[in-house]
Amino acid sequence: MLSRVADSLYWMSRFVERAENVARFIDVNTWLSLDLPEGYQEQWRPLISTTGDDALFAKHYAAASRSNVIQFLTFDTHNPNSILSCITAARENARAVRQYITLETWEQINRFYLAVQNRARSSARGFPPGVDFFSDVTTASHLFLGTLYATMSHNEGWHFCRLGRLIERADKTSRILDTKYYLLLPSLDAVGTPYDDLMWAAVLRSTSAFEMYRKRFQQISPDKVVEFLVLDREFPRAIHHCVVSAEASMHAISGSPFRTFSNPAEQQLGRLCAELNYIQVREIINRGLHEFLDDIQARLNLVGDAIHNSFFALQPVPVMPQYPAAGSDA
Amino acid sequence: MLFDGYDTGGFHDEMFCADGTPRSCARLLFERIASVGDEELRRYQQAAEQALFRMGITFNVYGDEAGTEKIFPFDIIPRIVAADEWAQIERGLRQRVHALNVFINDVYHEQKILKDRVIPTEVVLSAKSFRKSCVRLRPPKGTWCHITGTDLVRHGDGKYYVLEDNLRCPSGVSYVLQNREIMKRTFPQIFDRSNVRPVGDYPSHLLKTLQDIAPPVYGSPVVALLTPGIHNSAYFEHAFLAKFMGVELVEGRDLVVMNGHVMMRTTKGFERVDVIYRRIDDDFLDPSTFRPDSLLGVPGIMDVYRAGRVALANAPGTGIADDKVIYAYVPKIIKYYLGEDAILPNVPTYVCWDEAERMHVLDNLEKFVVKAANESGGYGMLVGPHSTSEQREKFKAAINADPRNYIAQPTLALSRVPVIVEDHFEGRHVDLRPYVLYGKDIFVLPGGLTRVALKKGSLVVNSSQGGGSKDTWVLSC
Repeated sequence: MLSRVADSLYWMSRFVERAENVARFIDVNTWLSLDLPEGYQEQWRPLISTTGDDALFAKHYAAASRSNVIQFLTFDTHNPNSILSCITAARENARAVRQYITLETWEQINRFYLAVQNRARSSARGFPPGVDFFSDVTTASHLFLGTLYATMSHNEGWHFCRLGRLIERADKTSRILDTKYYLLLPSLDAVGTPYDDLMWAAVLRSTSAFEMYRKRFQQISPDKVVEFLVLDREFPRAIHHCVVSAEASMHAISGSPFRTFSNPAEQQLGRLCAELNYIQVREIINRGLHEFLDDIQARLNLVGDAIHNSFFALQPVPVMPQYPAAGSDA
Repeated sequence: MLFDGYDTGGFHDEMFCADGTPRSCARLLFERIASVGDEELRRYQQAAEQALFRMGITFNVYGDEAGTEKIFPFDIIPRIVAADEWAQIERGLRQRVHALNVFINDVYHEQKILKDRVIPTEVVLSAKSFRKSCVRLRPPKGTWCHITGTDLVRHGDGKYYVLEDNLRCPSGVSYVLQNREIMKRTFPQIFDRSNVRPVGDYPSHLLKTLQDIAPPVYGSPVVALLTPGIHNSAYFEHAFLAKFMGVELVEGRDLVVMNGHVMMRTTKGFERVDVIYRRIDDDFLDPSTFRPDSLLGVPGIMDVYRAGRVALANAPGTGIADDKVIYAYVPKIIKYYLGEDAILPNVPTYVCWDEAERMHVLDNLEKFVVKAANESGGYGMLVGPHSTSEQREKFKAAINADPRNYIAQPTLALSRVPVIVEDHFEGRHVDLRPYVLYGKDIFVLPGGLTRVALKKGSLVVNSSQGGGSKDTWVLSC
C-alpha cells in the first residue's frame, strides 16, 4: 500500500484513541471530585501532565481550575491534544484516505467530528459540556473501532490502524498511571480510608479497568493496580497487552516470522515485548515506577519513530543504469 | 398541492408544457410529487441535506466563516430526460467526441485540417492549450480524450445545444452518482415504476476505459488516480472514483520516475504504475516539461509517457479541443472528418479574433454572453443583459487588447425546472452535463449532472456562483 496512506491510517487511529483517553480522564476526574470531602483539593492539574502539555497550558491559562482544564483539554484549538483538535486531525487523516477506508468508517468519523464541533459551538455560547459528552466521545470512539473492525478487510491498512491505536493506548495508560501514582503516594499513610480506595478506583476507571481488575484481584492495592495496568496480558488497555498485540500487527505487516525482525520498528517493538513478557511487578517497584514508565514512554516513542522511518518516510530513489526507452522516437 | 400557481414564465420547462400540463414523460413524477404532502416533501428535502452533511460531501468555506463547511445545494425534484430525446443526445455526443479525438490527433500530427483551411492555422497555434511538447505524440490506441463532460443547454425552441466541450478534467460525475444515492435513501417511493436508467455502473466503465489504454504488461495493469490533494475542491470526487474503482488515489509526491517507469512509494518499496487518470491540468503534470514551479506533478512523467510506458487519461494536449474559439469550429470539424452534419448543434458563436464578428460583438455587448477562451467554472465571463456599463467597458478593453481570447454568444433562454422554494415551487434555469468515456468503445452514461442556477432569474449554474444540482432521470421508455 501507499506509504502516505499507511501514514494517514496510523494517525487517524492514534488521534481517535487519544481523544478517547482525554475524554476518559476528564470523565473520571469529574466523578471523583463529586465524592471528595471538603478540604480535598480537586486535582485538575495532573490531567494536563498526562498529555504532557503543561507548558502550553501555562501559556494560555492562569490557573488550573476545573473549567480551564476542561476547556483546554476539550475544545481549545491551541492545544493539539484537545479532543476537538484530535478529532479534527483524525478526520483530516481519514479524508486523505477516504478512498481506502469503508464508507461506514468514514461516516462514523465524520459524525464524530460534527458532534464534537457542534458541542464546541454551544460551549463557546456558554454551555460547557457535561459528563454525558465525555462518555459520548468514548462511545463514538468505540463505534469507530467497531466499524473499522467489522467492515474493513483485516489487511495491511487495518493493521496500521491497529498499530497506531495500540501504541497510543500503551502510552496513555503509562502516563495516567505515572501521574496518578505520584499524586496518590502521600495518601498511602492513610491506607484503609475510604478515600484511598476511591482514588485508586479512579485510576482504574480512567482506563476502564475497574471491573476487570475486581474480577482478577478483588481488593484494591497499589502494587496490584500497577501489575494489572502494566503487566496484564488479557486486559485490552494494559501496557503489556497493547505491546504484544501491536507486535502481532507489526508482523502481519512485515510478513516476517515471530522472534525475528526485518526492520528497526519490529526490532524495537520486539525488545519491549520481550522485557514485558518476563518482568515482575516487584522489580518494577524496586526500580522505581516512575523511572520504569518513563523508559516505556521513551521506548514507545522510539518505536513510533522507527515505524515512521521504516514505512512512511520518503525513501531515496535508487540510482539505476539507464536503458534506452522501448518504442521511443529517438 | 405545491404546484398550484406554478408559472413556466414563458421558458421551456422540463416538467410542464406551456399550458401548464405535465409533459408526458413527467406525468408519473408529477402525480407522485402531488400525492406527497407539503410537510413531507420538505422533510425529504431536509433529510437529503442532512445526509450530505453526514456523508461529509462538503466543501470548505474560506474567509469570514473559515472552518465551517457547506454542502453543494441539492434539490430533490428530479430533472427528467425522455427516452427519445436522450437517444438523440447520445448519438450527438458519440459523433462529437469521435470527431474531436480525430481532430486532436490531426492537429498534433499531419495538420490536414489546417492545410485544407477549414480552421485558420493561427487560431489553433495561438491557443494557450496547444502544447508544442505534444506534437507527434502517440497516445495509446490513438485516443486522446478518454473522459469528456459536455455541457448541453436546452433553448426556448426546445432543442438541445452544446454550450461547451470539457475535455481536460471534467468534474461532477461523482455528484451524478451521489445525487441518485441520496434520492434513493430519502425518497425511495418516487422510483417505483419510473423506468429510470441506472447510473451506478459508471466506475466500472471508467475502470475498463482506463484498463483499455494500458501499455502491455504482465497481469492486470496497475491503475491510479492522480489528485492535487485534499484541499482541491474536487477532492471528494477523486476519492469517490478511486474508492469505487478500487484503485490507488495518489498525489504527485507519491509518484516518482525511476528507470523509465512511473513508480508509487509504498510501504514495501517502489511499485510500478501503468495507467494514471490524472485530475490535474497539463500545466502542473510535469514540472520538467510544463510549468517548472508545479509541486503537484511528477518530474519526468512525460518522458515515460512518450516512451509508452505509462498511459495518461486524458492525454496531455487534449485541451486544444476545449478552447472556446476552437469550439466555434466544431460543426466544421465534424463535417470535415466524418462527412456528417453535427447532430447536436452549437450555440451560435462569434469569434472576436475575426474583425467583422468582433465589431458586431462590441456594438451589441449588452445582448451577448462573452467568455474568455481558456477559462472555466464561470470565471472570466460577462452576461451582457445582467451587466453594468462599467463591466461592459472593462470587457471591451479586454477584448480589444486580446481578441483571440474572447468569444460571444447570444444570451440563451435556458430551460427551467421546478425547485422547492420554501412552501412552493419556482422555475429555475438548468444545464445538463452528460459524461462520455472513450476506451476501446464509446460509452455515454445515461444520466448526467443537472446544474441549477438557484438564484431567481440567474443563468449561471456553476457551483462557484451559487448553483446547485438535481438528480437527472434518463427514462428507458
